[in-house]
Amino acid sequence: MNEIGLTHILFLSAILFFIGVYGFLTRRNMVTMLMSIELILNSVNINFVAFNKFLHAGKLDGTFFTIFIITIAAAEAAVAIAIIIHLYRSNKSIDVNDADLMKF
Amino acid sequence: MSASIVIFYILAAIILGGGILAVTAKKIFRSAIYLLFSLMGIAGLYFYLNYEFIAAVQIVVYIGGIVVLIIFSIFLTHASGKDMEKPKLMSVIVSAVAAVFACAIVISLINNYSFVATTNTAIEPTVKNIGRQMLSTTEHGFILPFEVVSMLLLAALIGSIVIALKPKTEA
Repeated sequence: MNEIGLTHILFLSAILFFIGVYGFLTRRNMVTMLMSIELILNSVNINFVAFNKFLHAGKLDGTFFTIFIITIAAAEAAVAIAIIIHLYRSNKSIDVNDADLMKF
Repeated sequence: MSASIVIFYILAAIILGGGILAVTAKKIFRSAIYLLFSLMGIAGLYFYLNYEFIAAVQIVVYIGGIVVLIIFSIFLTHASGKDMEKPKLMSVIVSAVAAVFACAIVISLINNYSFVATTNTAIEPTVKNIGRQMLSTTEHGFILPFEVVSMLLLAALIGSIVIALKPKTEA
């Protein structure tokens, strides 16, 4: 415990991941569910950077994965918020339980 | 206790505290602000690990882009001063138990696993090295994913404009 190593950072990212999972399971509001997904993606990014730094310092692959995940998360958030705004216009609510337009 | 350890624990407290408050806050706007603090702590963690470029990307894209987008969508869809609907007690208990047990399993696995580091000489994650490798067309270059991701961003841009357009009122 004298130096911050890989396991410390992995503990941090594991706890952050399950905070995100808890939020995703309890919230019933689409915007807050999106926030939980952002937390989950960020914990994965921390993992990639930590593995890159402590285990595979001779390569930059973890860095590239992190950059691509951040890019894809931005695209995902943009599309998700467009869908949420459209749903709000047609439904006047963004609760997941009210979104049953595609129910057969 | 050296300064480095203290800084790590402060960053961890910011990240986890912000995360917990973001998923439990009663008002949605506060939830977004706590998320902002958590993401800022993660950017600090990247600075702590000497990944300056990733930290800068994290600040620009997450804090400057995604959180602002989320706050705008809150303004468009909520009366943001009101409390949100509380989750059901049963669902809180079940989710908390599931998350805590899964977290305990993962932590015990990490604790018992012995990681083996490479002995190769380290490449510094500077902007120069990252840019050289990302745009190189040789064996370990990332030019193809780079181009694919740029197409994905264009598609997401057009798609979100089309989805969020006001439907034409029928005359």
